[in-house]
Amino acid sequence: MPWIPRGLRNGIVTTGYPRKPDGYEAKSRGTIEVNSVRPTPLIDDVMVACPTRAISVDDGGIRLDRGKCILCGRCVDIAPQNFQFSPSFEMSELRRAGLVVPTLEESDSNVELVRETLARRVKWLHRSIHVRHVDSGSDGADEWEIAALTNPVYDVQRLGIYFTASPRHADVLLVTGLGSVGMVASLRHTYEVMPEPKVVIATGAEAISGGLMAVGYATRGGVSSILDVDVYVPGSPATSFGLLHGILLAVNLLPKFDKSVGSDERPGVGKTRRGA
Amino acid sequence: MTNASETVPEPFYAFSAKVRAHVASGARFAGLMASASGSDTQLMAVLSHRGTLLFERTTLPASARQYPSFAPEIASAHWYEREISDLFGLASVGRSALEPLVLPLASAARRPRPGSGEQMPLPSLDQTPPMTRLRGEGAFTISYGPVRSGVFESIEYLVETPGEEIPSMNLRVSYKHRGVEKAFEGLSVDDGVLLAERYEGVATVAHALAFCGAIERIADLTIPVQAGYVRVLHAELERVANHLDSVIRHVEAAGQAVAFARFSLHKEHVQRLRSRLCGSRFGRGVVEAGGVSGPPAISAAQLLRDLDGLEADVRADAKLLMNTPSFLDRLRGTGVLSPGTIVAYGALGPLARGSGVLEDVRFARPYAAYGQLGHRLLDVAGDGDALARQRVRVQEIEGAFGLVRRAAEELAERGEPHDGLWSVAPPRVSGEAVGWAEAPQGEVLTWVQMSDGVLTRVKPRSASFHNLAMFPLAFPKDILTDFAFIEASFGLSVAGVAG
Repeated sequence: MPWIPRGLRNGIVTTGYPRKPDGYEAKSRGTIEVNSVRPTPLIDDVMVACPTRAISVDDGGIRLDRGKCILCGRCVDIAPQNFQFSPSFEMSELRRAGLVVPTLEESDSNVELVRETLARRVKWLHRSIHVRHVDSGSDGADEWEIAALTNPVYDVQRLGIYFTASPRHADVLLVTGLGSVGMVASLRHTYEVMPEPKVVIATGAEAISGGLMAVGYATRGGVSSILDVDVYVPGSPATSFGLLHGILLAVNLLPKFDKSVGSDERPGVGKTRRGA
Repeated sequence: MTNASETVPEPFYAFSAKVRAHVASGARFAGLMASASGSDTQLMAVLSHRGTLLFERTTLPASARQYPSFAPEIASAHWYEREISDLFGLASVGRSALEPLVLPLASAARRPRPGSGEQMPLPSLDQTPPMTRLRGEGAFTISYGPVRSGVFESIEYLVETPGEEIPSMNLRVSYKHRGVEKAFEGLSVDDGVLLAERYEGVATVAHALAFCGAIERIADLTIPVQAGYVRVLHAELERVANHLDSVIRHVEAAGQAVAFARFSLHKEHVQRLRSRLCGSRFGRGVVEAGGVSGPPAISAAQLLRDLDGLEADVRADAKLLMNTPSFLDRLRGTGVLSPGTIVAYGALGPLARGSGVLEDVRFARPYAAYGQLGHRLLDVAGDGDALARQRVRVQEIEGAFGLVRRAAEELAERGEPHDGLWSVAPPRVSGEAVGWAEAPQGEVLTWVQMSDGVLTRVKPRSASFHNLAMFPLAFPKDILTDFAFIEASFGLSVAGVAG
């Protein structure tokens, strides 16, 4: 009995996201932006210093692969004129190539096509999304971020997202870890028994590219060597907000709003037209 | 099986006798580690005598493919021997079959042999999962995992049961073996810290501290005083977060919905505080070899203000929880580890302290700034059940908040380091050393060998690796419905076991 008033003690702590931005993430290091693609002589040092070789230079200038980035911040230290930390966490992408920023312009129309195809697939899920998590060789931190989604701050049930015990009830497969060889059979089996339509989300740099351990005797550089991935959520690990964005993107429940930070006028989730 | 004495060189027996003598005189067996050097294999046994580490070493030539087992006398050696068998193809002889632990390979397969610097071929993805072995009459085996209900790391518990009791159990952690130890080979020290942080992600700071402690020992570095306090601050917040996670798992298993929401909220607040201090919710990028990357990103005054609210919230809810009979009833007498088991297996961390073995690396072998901070003794009954372990954690949360506070006050008082440098870059040296830290799960040991600033062998030994071996012994009178509580009370991470 004494627990009941305890539940009311801190008032409402639940985030307004995705209806409106959350103040907390605005203060954190969500990702790294390339603020100038023009290389300086320092870029060679940056490329060598990057522990996951996530930075390259092509005709269009500097590119950063967020699927490899583990946010160590060495590039920001060495070449602050080119790289900076950004608080944004809405980094999930439907295509692996989309994680390489700045993205190539010609690929934008492809993105729409991929988005529409996925939107058609998940149309009938409506607002009852059942998520199954499988660890394929994570460091353990990823699981904490996923588990946090059920805490009162993120409270994903309010958005119709539920974690399910059985893959047979799951719509979304949330995969953490770098795709360890030992988990290949279990991962494939879990995917096979899921009913259609099903969506696979790779969470964190390890799942997307293998991160620091892209090559090894027990790993094959991410889960895309094992399953077809629909959504990529970068991070090391992917944060709870990043995961929430990724899941909403996967099931086409993100409110349609400008990605730029600070736009307060966002339509509510319930008001969003799906598949538009 | 061939007679081991035919191929084992004489020095091994001297090594073995010394290790046994240490254990007989009351030292705690803390690990058996191996490193490939050419075609030879170096073996190092680590023992802790009243908190002081002792090392015994020997080398097995390529001709010796097996050695006499320590396991008949030293129970905790068994998992280390299984691991060495998997990674080095070196079998111990003397106890029943040596089953694979971290790497289920065919016996003839090539072994990674970390330390050798040799490249391994890429793996095949067409692996068949291992078969479940059955034994005992009238018993059946419940295969629980690797994909279980809930958000868990992958591990398989093979529970052998006649119905409700759990007379025996087998564990498989190899599903998520990543080969991290091999991945350290050839890395720079700076990259090594990043990988050490990811060896066991929930104990990021502790693993970074143990790794950097070894480097600093090799290079004979003294870190700036202020950096020591920053290290304490992050390590203790990591402890709070992990212990809260253990509480959350307990109350979730007990179906205490409000308590679950409350403690989840507190944990989230701790993670947010950590990210405001350094940008990472797991304290990543803080610890560097030679110091820390910088001061906390918020002022000490702000940190102390935040702690006030957080600490009061946690304390109030913990007090209520530890007075909620329906909760305590589920933990009392559950998962009892006898003092004999605790000593025989050299249990670590809250698991040992719940049974009255209070050794704590922070105070036995002080690192960071723990030597300058006070030592708060636990007040535990040492009943050895899940409740005792929970009491230890609740007290350690209080203690950790106190240490964070002290560290923040010291930092406010001392200001910046004299030269403005928060770390001293280690020179490119060669050598080897063992570093340590008290992770939330218990003692972490990291053995580092390096040559001219390049890592040749890094062997982190997490507390989880050492403690998980005891899990099957924690069901003396318990039944299947106690499983979730006992697992929560162990509070382990699988990543740190599978490697």
